[in-house]
Amino acid sequence: MSARLEGWGRLIDRSEPLTYSFNGRDLRGYRGDTLASALLAAGQVMQGRSFKYHRPRGPVAAGAEEPNALVNLGQGARFEPDQRATTTELFEGLVAESQNHWPSLDFDVGVVNNALARFLPAGFYNKTFMAPRGAWKHVFEPAIRQSAGLGRAPKAADADRYEHLYAHYDVVVVGGGVAGLTAARAAATSGLRVLVMEQAPHWGGRAPVDGGEIDRLDPEGWVRNVVEELEKAKNVTLRRRMMAAGVYDHGYLIGYERVADHTPLDGRPRHRLWRIRAGRIVTATGAIERPLAFAGNDVPGVMLASAMRDYLVNWGAAVGRRVVVVTNNDDAYRTALAMHEAGREVAAVLDARPLVTGALATRVREAGIRVLEGRAIAKVHGRKGVTGVAVTAQAGAGGAVEEIGCDAVAMSGGWSPVVHLWSHCGGKLVWDEAQALFRPDPSRPPTGADGEGFVVTAGAASGALTLAGALADGHDAGKAAAKAMGGKVTRKAAPKAEPEEAQPILPVWIMPAEAGPELKAKMWLDFQNDVKVSDVELAAREGYESVEHTKRYTTLGMATDQGKLSNINGLAVLSQALGQDIPATGTTTFRPPYTPISMASIAGEARGELFQPLRRSPIHDWHEANGAHWEPVGHWRRPYTYPRGAETLAEAVNREVNNTRANVGLLDASTLGKIVVKGPDAGRFLDMMYTNVMSSLPVGKCRYGLMCSENGFLIDDGVVARLAEDTWLCHTTTGGADRIHGHMEDWLQCEWWDWKVYTANLTEQFAQIGVVGPKARAVLEALGGMDLSKEALPFMHWAEGELAGIPARVFRISFSGELSYEIAVPAGRGRELWDRLVEAGEAHGVMPYGTEALHVMRAEKGFIMIGDETDGTVIPQDLGLNWAISKKKEDFLGKRAQERPHMADPERWKLIGLETLDGSVIPDGAYIVADGVNENGQRNTQGRVTSTYFSPTLGRGIAMALLHRGPERMGEEVEIPVLGAGKAPIRARVVETCFFDKPGAKQDV
Amino acid sequence: MRRYSAFAIAREALRHHAGWGRAWASPEPKKRYDVIIVGAGGHGLATAYYLGKNHGITNVAVLEKGWLGGGNTGRNTTIIRSNYLQDPSAAIYEKARSLYETLSQDLNMNVMFSPRGVIMLAQTHHEVRGYQRTAHANALQGVATEFIGPARVKELVPIINLDGPRYPVLGGLWQARGGTARHDTVAWGYARACSAMGMDIIQNCAVTGVETESGQVRAVNTSKGRIECGKLALVVAGHSSELAEMAGFRLPIESVALQALVSEPIKPCMDVVVMANTVHGYMSQSDKGEMVIGGGTDGFNNYTQRGSFHHIEETVRALVETFPMISRLKMLRQWGGIVDMTGDRSPILSKTPVGGVYVNCGWGTGGFKSIPGSGWAMAELVAKDAPGPLAAPFGMERFREGRFIDESVAAGVAH
Amino acid sequence: MLTLECPYCGIKADETELAPGGEAHLKRQGPGASDEEFEGYMFARANPKGVHFERWRHAMGCGKWFLAARDTVTLEVYGTYPAQTAAPPKALMEKIEKRQSDRGGK
Repeated sequence: MSARLEGWGRLIDRSEPLTYSFNGRDLRGYRGDTLASALLAAGQVMQGRSFKYHRPRGPVAAGAEEPNALVNLGQGARFEPDQRATTTELFEGLVAESQNHWPSLDFDVGVVNNALARFLPAGFYNKTFMAPRGAWKHVFEPAIRQSAGLGRAPKAADADRYEHLYAHYDVVVVGGGVAGLTAARAAATSGLRVLVMEQAPHWGGRAPVDGGEIDRLDPEGWVRNVVEELEKAKNVTLRRRMMAAGVYDHGYLIGYERVADHTPLDGRPRHRLWRIRAGRIVTATGAIERPLAFAGNDVPGVMLASAMRDYLVNWGAAVGRRVVVVTNNDDAYRTALAMHEAGREVAAVLDARPLVTGALATRVREAGIRVLEGRAIAKVHGRKGVTGVAVTAQAGAGGAVEEIGCDAVAMSGGWSPVVHLWSHCGGKLVWDEAQALFRPDPSRPPTGADGEGFVVTAGAASGALTLAGALADGHDAGKAAAKAMGGKVTRKAAPKAEPEEAQPILPVWIMPAEAGPELKAKMWLDFQNDVKVSDVELAAREGYESVEHTKRYTTLGMATDQGKLSNINGLAVLSQALGQDIPATGTTTFRPPYTPISMASIAGEARGELFQPLRRSPIHDWHEANGAHWEPVGHWRRPYTYPRGAETLAEAVNREVNNTRANVGLLDASTLGKIVVKGPDAGRFLDMMYTNVMSSLPVGKCRYGLMCSENGFLIDDGVVARLAEDTWLCHTTTGGADRIHGHMEDWLQCEWWDWKVYTANLTEQFAQIGVVGPKARAVLEALGGMDLSKEALPFMHWAEGELAGIPARVFRISFSGELSYEIAVPAGRGRELWDRLVEAGEAHGVMPYGTEALHVMRAEKGFIMIGDETDGTVIPQDLGLNWAISKKKEDFLGKRAQERPHMADPERWKLIGLETLDGSVIPDGAYIVADGVNENGQRNTQGRVTSTYFSPTLGRGIAMALLHRGPERMGEEVEIPVLGAGKAPIRARVVETCFFDKPGAKQDV
Repeated sequence: MRRYSAFAIAREALRHHAGWGRAWASPEPKKRYDVIIVGAGGHGLATAYYLGKNHGITNVAVLEKGWLGGGNTGRNTTIIRSNYLQDPSAAIYEKARSLYETLSQDLNMNVMFSPRGVIMLAQTHHEVRGYQRTAHANALQGVATEFIGPARVKELVPIINLDGPRYPVLGGLWQARGGTARHDTVAWGYARACSAMGMDIIQNCAVTGVETESGQVRAVNTSKGRIECGKLALVVAGHSSELAEMAGFRLPIESVALQALVSEPIKPCMDVVVMANTVHGYMSQSDKGEMVIGGGTDGFNNYTQRGSFHHIEETVRALVETFPMISRLKMLRQWGGIVDMTGDRSPILSKTPVGGVYVNCGWGTGGFKSIPGSGWAMAELVAKDAPGPLAAPFGMERFREGRFIDESVAAGVAH
Repeated sequence: MLTLECPYCGIKADETELAPGGEAHLKRQGPGASDEEFEGYMFARANPKGVHFERWRHAMGCGKWFLAARDTVTLEVYGTYPAQTAAPPKALMEKIEKRQSDRGGK
């Protein structure tokens, strides 16, 4: 039975009791508790159920490596599944429930899997559930999915907020234990910028629990002094509750700060993601104790020896009244001493080593505790809690030599340095035979942009497991990091601790050594995923010999703790099964994050309206105020149409088209790309960029141009105006502005760098408004200003002047077939011009129109639209645009490409118009079929519809399509299947692409 | 080969599963093989399997420099779909998808093909038109897809947020028979079946050179010695350029990193696969309960199997916006693979300038879903020294002729 | 998350400021080139495991294109240099050679 002890608990504040609830029961704990420590103190050892067999589980660890004690935390919009109780700080009103069981933690129907465990070995699902076909999806998979998973799925959107932060430091020290603090202090004397982060809410790591003296102070006092000193240093930043989640290339480090998990609703962001560039990273990440693999090592109450000690010393929570310690190394004796000192009975220390000689063991013996040498646990008794252990010889097969009654077991299989951050970016490990652990190989660090190693390890993370060793190593690491960054480290000795007289570890991977299959099937390696020694041996037997195969076959190390407790034991068992050395087996890959981090912290503030930057035209607010139905176009938002009253979108579009054709419409064309190209070689340059000739364009005139990629495909189009002898203004599509500007710069800088040309993307510097329709000129004349008569400004010309007192550049170009002016004014005056146009246009029936009316009108005229008629596979020749492809020019981008056999092939699909025989509208994206099927059994096609609309002007459906040899087939009828069973195909006649005002009379008035 | 069945498991359970033998043999290489396949990923193993099954060629070795299935086969997000736009793509991906339907029975190993359905969301008008086009094309290609409206999307994916302020869901392309499978088991199942046919799968065997004589392949040099071969198939994805260089030709391939991530496992909340290409992310839920998430590729050449964190940010951002309930889930693990991208982002199944050498690469982000179809088509190409109708459009001469197979119109992020 | 120094503005630019542009030093093939030459220029790529000469644009910075010699396996950046050159600078080539011989690599 676990309980809270008076006089223990260095981290809890008994003056601040807190109320929380677990599975609906109200419980009390203290400020400073974790949920796990509070539950243990309340006598609640069993805290969860395992993943596969739904076995009862209690915490096995006290920190980030915990695989068992996972809870559903919080409620509603603050509900979170799979939260580790061991790293959840208690707060007033905390609500938690255990997970992966039904109907309750104590009684779980899913435990039937446990009874069937022998039928569910590793990979069982690969070998069965195959018949009948379809049964997997409909019968077996749903059952497995329901049984798997852990926490409940959240239902609501998240009510908290999250933020990102950029930071740059010369040295980042990860880990605020004594090694990390020593490293930070050494590095900080250089004056370089140093960040120290600690994942826990408190400084000091294990040292204050484990004891000893540092520079003649107890570790607690020493830590307090050093933290105070570092807090005073201007060049040092200290952060608690912040974990280094991942190390990425070139010294990039993601820090995960749990700002307000423990103070919910206080208005602060819940998590903060730090995007850090670090010159050098010192990983003082400590080490994690390994469990021992004996039968029943997963029963609630069996715990890592260090965890049992932590719960006692840090939180005053004593796990068990009578405990057995089982170990293969000295460290666990500290737990025996602590429990003894706390007045709990230590029934025995079972040490797998045949002869036990260390100083700690001597102190344990002196305390009157039995130390059994060469002994192991054959089996733990109990189901939902420990009732006793059967003791056996480690060297044997498990025959019990003694039964010991106890209610808790502390186990220690040795320690593994936390090498995750070292390994994320390619740092290599070396097997340390003497200490039986993988540690970083300092000669093969992860390397940065300069090819130098950028991670240094410190303390236990280096494999320096003693206090004295960790301090010395931490000091060296801090000095080395600062020196590598060009800092001058003040010569100062490392803090000192007394060396400990220790006996080496005896590697023990299976307990007892000769255990048979019955016991091995009860030895847990991966607690959460229920992977046992027998599973790993099965994998080896079946040829899953690579450590990665074994991992994937058994799911070893794939649980939410990512193998922090299981990996080393698992690969050691695999090595034994394969009869090879541990280094030959190697480890699986360490991947970020170190422990799971919230999705929300990764997303940061980018949610809702802020999901992406929003680009607004200068007239955006007017559109919004006037009921625009928006369409996202790149990062812009453009009005699709402006529905009025009860109008449908389609009705609104039709009205806008009709009004523009009959009266006058206004279009916000500000998003169109506007790129100025200037310089003595600008004409020559544009002749390479466009398929047609731009150098010959007279000043004052406009010309439509096509741009192809070097691979021959049409990538953009637009009107080019020659502003001056050496200056052209190139209009691009809305989506193309940045891309085309980049494309121009690419060729200018990387190919024709000796050409004298400047480009500038002025898209956002100008507002541009289309005034379109028969009454356009009348509206503009009403504004007052420059002469816009046909004589002063003929079609395809531009002029500069003033309109309504605003400086303006007016282009007489038309994408609708109507009399049309596009007026560019400085962006800051765009809204003013729009308002004047609305006022002046009132008498002429002016209405704004959106992108859909624009599309309909251009389709009525047979004008192509990039993205509709083109899709990255279309060349201008396909679109009947040969008139815009110069035959005279020796070269332009795409010219050589278009000479390739497939592109010059007369058999290509080419643009035509389609008129349905019954006047209906062809569905978007429809294909024109040909007879028969191809070799792969697919229906033959001969073309496809690229644009299709109801034309309000003609009162019927119109379409454009790419058709095999299309222009040669005018008047032919084609068949277009419609989706949906039994629907008759549409029949259409091949016509020219221009459906309206073929001579172009309306635009040129 | 020991047959797998519930009965066999029950019998083994009584003797602690001691009777299970090796899933595949682990032999030393012979002196000569009729066909050597380099690369024991899904594509290489499937090629070997169909060489044996369809063409009776079993004197085959599959050489693997690491562990089988250790490349992209074991690193992808396990999505299977065939709703491609262009005829050649739809043909080979649909062939693959239909083979997946019966793969567990064919291989006597449960690859857990789960035809739970795949939705590709349309979030702009342009995307709506694009997917309507794909739906029309698929209907003619014999690929069962359907363009569905937002209400039906919500019905299939209750956790989706249809009304995000920036990119509301306007509909989606739905392939009901698309889904997922267990990636590793696909490789293991093929390996086991190949081994049972007497083929040699040789792991930890790196190819170091290709020996040719008057333009014809003769042998490969490997870390396990020289091995002669009649024909040589290079099926090594991101490492294709290196192998091609050994054989003396260049490929239109660049190797870049593609990343994925999973959340911690939770109880079932999403039955289908959802892809949101406008915002660059896609997600499904594995049988273990993890939300499996992927996004776009890095843009620079990279062989590290690591990617850049800003792509992870972009992807997670997109999915938190699309599925707000994942906000408080936690990212458990992120990883990367090296994908081989061709000049038109479509694969290459082709003869090469060297006689008897064939190449299968360039699957980019579409590798896993195509494995059975790719193996089927590649086996035919190798066996007959000429492509069949599935492989024919994917010859590498298309880059010279300007005859591309471009799917980018249909998918900003192709998976 | 790479950092590359822009040789124009001297800034150690984060990858998010940069736009990658593929292999550098390709010789443009225009009209008059054979289909094979054009294919090679457009598509054949070295894609090496090792030093890669490549193009980057400081897109969110000064807007300039520059070139880099970067190892695709270790991600070491041997150096960056302006795009206006047909071949890498001699000093850079010497540095790469030296780095590689120091490492005993290929």
